[in-house]
Amino acid sequence: MPAFPKKWLWVVLILAFGLPLLGPVFPDVISNYRLFLVSTMIIAAIAVLGLNLLTGFNGQISLGHGAFYAVGAYTAAILMDKLNVPYYATLPAAAVVCFVVGYLFGQPALKLEGHYLALATFALALSVPQILKYKWLEDLTGGVQGIVLNKPEVPFDLPLNEDQWLYYYCLVTMVVLFWAANNMLNSRSGRAMMAIRDHYMAADTMGINTARYKTVTFGISAAYTGIAGALSASAIAFVAPDSFNIFLSIKFLIGLVVGGVGSLVGSVVGGIFYVLVDNSAQAISTYIKNDLGLQFDLSAYTIFGLLLIILMYLMPQGIVGGVYILVRRLRRG
Amino acid sequence: MEQLLEQLASGLANGAIYACVALALVMIYVSTDHLNFAQGEMAMFSTYISWQLMNWGLNFWVAFILAVLASFVLGVIIERVILRPLHNAPVLSVVVVFIGLLAICNSMAGAIWSYLIKEFPSPFPKSTFGFAGVIGPHQLGVVVVTLVVLGLLFLFFRYTPLGLAMRAAAQNPQMARLVGVRVDWMLALGWGLAAAIGAVAGIMVAHIVYLDPNMMSGILLYAFAAALVGGIGNPGGAVVGGFIVGVLENMVAYVGNMIEKTTGVYIIGNGEKLTVALIIVIFVLTVKPAGIFGRVVVKRV
Repeated sequence: MPAFPKKWLWVVLILAFGLPLLGPVFPDVISNYRLFLVSTMIIAAIAVLGLNLLTGFNGQISLGHGAFYAVGAYTAAILMDKLNVPYYATLPAAAVVCFVVGYLFGQPALKLEGHYLALATFALALSVPQILKYKWLEDLTGGVQGIVLNKPEVPFDLPLNEDQWLYYYCLVTMVVLFWAANNMLNSRSGRAMMAIRDHYMAADTMGINTARYKTVTFGISAAYTGIAGALSASAIAFVAPDSFNIFLSIKFLIGLVVGGVGSLVGSVVGGIFYVLVDNSAQAISTYIKNDLGLQFDLSAYTIFGLLLIILMYLMPQGIVGGVYILVRRLRRG
Repeated sequence: MEQLLEQLASGLANGAIYACVALALVMIYVSTDHLNFAQGEMAMFSTYISWQLMNWGLNFWVAFILAVLASFVLGVIIERVILRPLHNAPVLSVVVVFIGLLAICNSMAGAIWSYLIKEFPSPFPKSTFGFAGVIGPHQLGVVVVTLVVLGLLFLFFRYTPLGLAMRAAAQNPQMARLVGVRVDWMLALGWGLAAAIGAVAGIMVAHIVYLDPNMMSGILLYAFAAALVGGIGNPGGAVVGGFIVGVLENMVAYVGNMIEKTTGVYIIGNGEKLTVALIIVIFVLTVKPAGIFGRVVVKRV
């Protein structure tokens, strides 16, 4: 997988941090709603990165990352709702809780590979809403009703509005998390993770503690996705069990496959992509129903499903990998 | 006691459905080593087809047969068009394609027939009879229909040349090809049959769970649990596993209910059905992956 050129990274970062400040100059282009949309894309990118660490870099398939997202979101929501913990302190808490949950789930997952791990995580994804509605947890989780929260408040009297502040909050979190992931992947541990993916037995023979690496990777991956969940709880200011259904996990899978399995930049592309399609599908659906008068509820999942299948044939490397191969081919002439 | 018998009967009726779907899963697993995550949504789609046919005025059984045939054809087409090119693809690609299929079936059913929950008729007479109160006529009908279907399948695989060829293609594709079996088509036929069995299960269960695009998700999970309990490579085991899991599901709810009644402490009930299935799946996978009737596969490295 290609490394993203450093100078472009700086350009993107400066644009990402600078553009929202130009809001008053171009009020039509940079609206608060769009900033909020970009914030959800950032959250999506972090969640997809979590899945990518596990599936893309360590080769363990998970169809159930919605579960860790839910754990992160609920940890944050309960802390804020019951204990009045400030929103920024919920991120490390969600990370720790999700790491533990992921690490524990990684223990039985050690015995499973390929299809079977996919099945176990698929089962997990299906039962998440029910687990969240469990009667004994009702006092904490609010049952079917969920928990209503407050949006993050702007600190230090900064001249920002809520959406702008949320955007920066998410952006900084994402930059830190991607920087950490990049460093980890370029270290001895990261190479061990990828060695396990590429050839389990060879990695084992080389003296890598495969069991520990696999479970810890499961934990780290869950922590990343959990942080995304905690961010989303703050951003949407609401959590409810039925929003963490199997289709949430499918969205992460979409992000993973579209962006590129085993690519950091791909996680960002994938996250942006699924939020974008999700939003435009609603618009297209209303257009079909109201303007064309057809009784056809186009759902984003039709597009997602078709894309999943088509991409597996045409660009198994995802869009980032596919574009890279295309550029290389063009350069060669 | 009455209540226990009632739960047992309803468990057997559910078990018949799980047995059907589990058998469909096993059929695809033995011939291609794939777990079909889209099996439930395919069955749901078939059920909608039968609903549409009935809505156009057809009799239940005519609609049933047409929908099962249509599912067979769709299954064959899906295998030939979508899965054939992935024959030697890595596991992740196959899983992703199945999930894609799941998403398409689910959203298309919602798009065409809307997400509103629909009632689904039962073909069986409502009259009460001997065991009335213990087992309803629809539940009894479900058990009978699924047992007939399973019996027909057994006869097909055991006594017809085509069934033999299909078993050969699943067991040892290379040797089967050498003796002139068209393995590719056998796989497609297997897919068609699996889709058709799934359709039977969907149409039978729709009266109980009502018709909506998400109706099969829980059933699929239980079917996976059933297939695993019976040993995922073993068709007979899948059927027995289906009944075991169906009864177990209702017994867990029953016991939970009793505990709540006697001690007042709520532990488990109908709301935790999927969680029970999750626990069964993970327990079997980690403790006894070969299931009850499966053979332990030893791989030479």
